Amino acid sequence: MADLSVKIAGVEFKNPVITASGTFGFGREYAELYPLEKLGGISCKGITLKERLGNPPPRIAETASGILNSVGLQNPGVEKFVSEDLGWLKQQNTVIIANSAGHSLEDYCKTVEVLEASDVDMIELNLSCPNVKEGGINFGTSCTSVENVTREVRKRTSKPLIVKLTPNVTDITELALAAESAGADSVSLINTLTGMKIDINTRRPVLRNNTGGLSGRAVLPVAIRMVWQVANKVKIPVIGMGGISTWEDAVEMMLAGASAIQVGTAIFHDVYAPIKIVDGLNAYLNKNGIASVNDIVGKVQVW
Amino acid sequence: MKYIQDDFKIAQVNKLTENIVEFYIDCPLVADVATSGQFVHILCGDLTLRRPISICEILKEKGQLRIVFEIKGKGTQWLAERREGDVINMLAPIGRGFNITPDKKAVIIGGGIGVIPMLDVAKNCSADACAILGFRNKQAVILEEDYKNAGVSVEITTDDGSYGKHGFVTDVLKDYIKNQKIDVIYACGPTPMLKAVSAIANESDIECYVSLEERMGCGIGACLACACKTKDANGEHYKHVCKDGPVFNSKEIEF
Repeated sequence: MADLSVKIAGVEFKNPVITASGTFGFGREYAELYPLEKLGGISCKGITLKERLGNPPPRIAETASGILNSVGLQNPGVEKFVSEDLGWLKQQNTVIIANSAGHSLEDYCKTVEVLEASDVDMIELNLSCPNVKEGGINFGTSCTSVENVTREVRKRTSKPLIVKLTPNVTDITELALAAESAGADSVSLINTLTGMKIDINTRRPVLRNNTGGLSGRAVLPVAIRMVWQVANKVKIPVIGMGGISTWEDAVEMMLAGASAIQVGTAIFHDVYAPIKIVDGLNAYLNKNGIASVNDIVGKVQVW
Repeated sequence: MKYIQDDFKIAQVNKLTENIVEFYIDCPLVADVATSGQFVHILCGDLTLRRPISICEILKEKGQLRIVFEIKGKGTQWLAERREGDVINMLAPIGRGFNITPDKKAVIIGGGIGVIPMLDVAKNCSADACAILGFRNKQAVILEEDYKNAGVSVEITTDDGSYGKHGFVTDVLKDYIKNQKIDVIYACGPTPMLKAVSAIANESDIECYVSLEERMGCGIGACLACACKTKDANGEHYKHVCKDGPVFNSKEIEF
């Protein structure tokens, strides 16, 4: 029996499979289908300081081997998340990661202050939502702002801090290094790739927001490449995500350097995708006589 | 159990028109808990997203669901190529259906393929209910016999007058309200039709429930993709067609 447990920033995960923010809500809908304790962890739907209504529909479009979404961070606000959902989540016997989003430095800081006082196990700082651009600032694409937000948030929390990075930049390793130098305990990547789909009959973009974030199987090779690049640059653990839908994808991502992985869009295709990945990883390790899942992290043998 | 995801066998396949197909699916567990107006979320081969398909009839004794769908794109094309004995993967039953009160005098309205989920509603309404079903033309008319067998009175309209009454379902509805006292309207169809039906219901102070459609992701309320704008005393919100709906009180909806 292989050991699937991993440790990230001092937090023990029973297995390296985490559901990705925005695809799993606050877990309740999936708890109807299977016990959430089968998961390594849950990265909750992105939350902001105040409630957000989100973008007008359509918010989703299917593309070749993937989807575009522009939900626009619809969420009830951090206070409501803590008072109405966190207590229940904490009873599910899995690691609970709060995903904190915002559109000003002040918002991030205040949101994190509320989370610091709560029971969440970890905080994932979402600096990279492509669908929200109030104030014209996108915190995730400049090293200076990633460093600045991470540093200010770091001052306000002693909880393990993950910084989620956007792939929509020239060199994602620079962002990762900026987050690390500002005190992040881990980086997670990749968020969605900005994309667009046009209805050729109406000549309108399918998404009401015109553009959206691309996810799903189509993005896996990009994610593998970026995780590999980042894992070779930073000392902190990397959480890999982007198009993982099978255990083989998860193995690939861990070989590239991810200490844990997140599964998102695949859940829309098959609600059991994260569970099947856990089972598949276990079988792979057993079959190959590998004692611990940690033993494959970063073990790609590059040419 | 609220909903499950599993493989189910297609017991029977029929073609209703050139591009409308019906399946009877063996799924006793789903049929047992399903209610009128709910839907199923079907995996279509390698396509990333499941396709939400409304339930046409719940056959509890047979342990079957009857679904009827129009071939519209890649997903429904794939689905239409399934044959009897094939297995399909469904997440079902999902959504909040119609809350039918049989002692209320009801008018059931369906427009185009919007008539599909309303058949099971008709079966659960009292015999004095009336179904008003609108189609583009004679070729598009489906399920007329099924509605008659459901025991309700049936009025068909076509946009071009090639069958039934020439005009829209709303024309028939207005006349009907003039002559009869009705308690509730249940409707499904294109958004402009639902908007018009809802306006008539408001003017006449009749309770009205509408079934909506939106591009959908997870199907169970987690991803928040299938938003529809609603209003209440606290202002405007986005609710979600898959979990809060697809059936809403029409007063809630910002058309």
